[in-house]
Amino acid sequence: MEASLSDAALVARCRTGNQDAWAELVNRFSRYIYAIATQGFGLGPDDAEDVFQEVFARTYQHLDRLRDDEAIRPWIAQLTRRLSIDRIRATSRVQPTDEEIEPRGADDTLDRLDEALSVRESLAELSDDCQEILDRFFARDESYQTIGESLEIPAGTIASRISRCLAKLREVMEGRNSVAEPS
Amino acid sequence: MTQSHHYDEERLAELLRALPPAPEGWVRAAQELPRSRAELDDIVARAVADDAFRRALVADLEQALQTEGYEPEAIPLDELRRRLSDS
Repeated sequence: MEASLSDAALVARCRTGNQDAWAELVNRFSRYIYAIATQGFGLGPDDAEDVFQEVFARTYQHLDRLRDDEAIRPWIAQLTRRLSIDRIRATSRVQPTDEEIEPRGADDTLDRLDEALSVRESLAELSDDCQEILDRFFARDESYQTIGESLEIPAGTIASRISRCLAKLREVMEGRNSVAEPS
Repeated sequence: MTQSHHYDEERLAELLRALPPAPEGWVRAAQELPRSRAELDDIVARAVADDAFRRALVADLEQALQTEGYEPEAIPLDELRRRLSDS
């Protein structure tokens, strides 16, 4: 049930102490935070894990003080960025400025990850089968054989299923854009 | 959010690949945060009320937690140390 809530509704439910809502919030943003820390700032596993846990700890602590529940996503992105920079600075021999620490192209990477998160939100509007197969193939990098065995479908049909599911995802994304961009 | 992109299959595939899952253990630990926070509050409250428990925690934090039936790996120990020294 929590999976279908808007970000604002989910935050509001977390604030009441609902543990399922918190678990969904973690689930919803875990990939995004992980990707910002590792792809955006190039953190290794130990540093990325520290940043990841610290982002959720601070989010939990600040649930009562968020100015705008709907803005949880940019708030989390900014916090992850800030903590990643702090982590790099803490392990640096010299004391560089934020601009010196930020990897070249970090802004572009973060924009791309934000767009990727929007695609994941659209993915949730597809059937469970489509969500599963696209996630396994693209995000989890599983082979046709592994997917076929896990989902008990013939491996030979997976390529065509992926293509159909991508076409559906495209329709959802372009439907969203046409709503977001009235002519 | 307003976007102006058009999505062909290649672009969608690239964006799906951009968000691989975070390690399961990280996600589980973050999901357990409310429970571990509640345990943390409980331990600090006990330490304030029970000086022997507090001394045991200060002497050997992990051992004292285990003795009292807590799971040290499920508790943010650095924060517990800080709160014990503040309390």
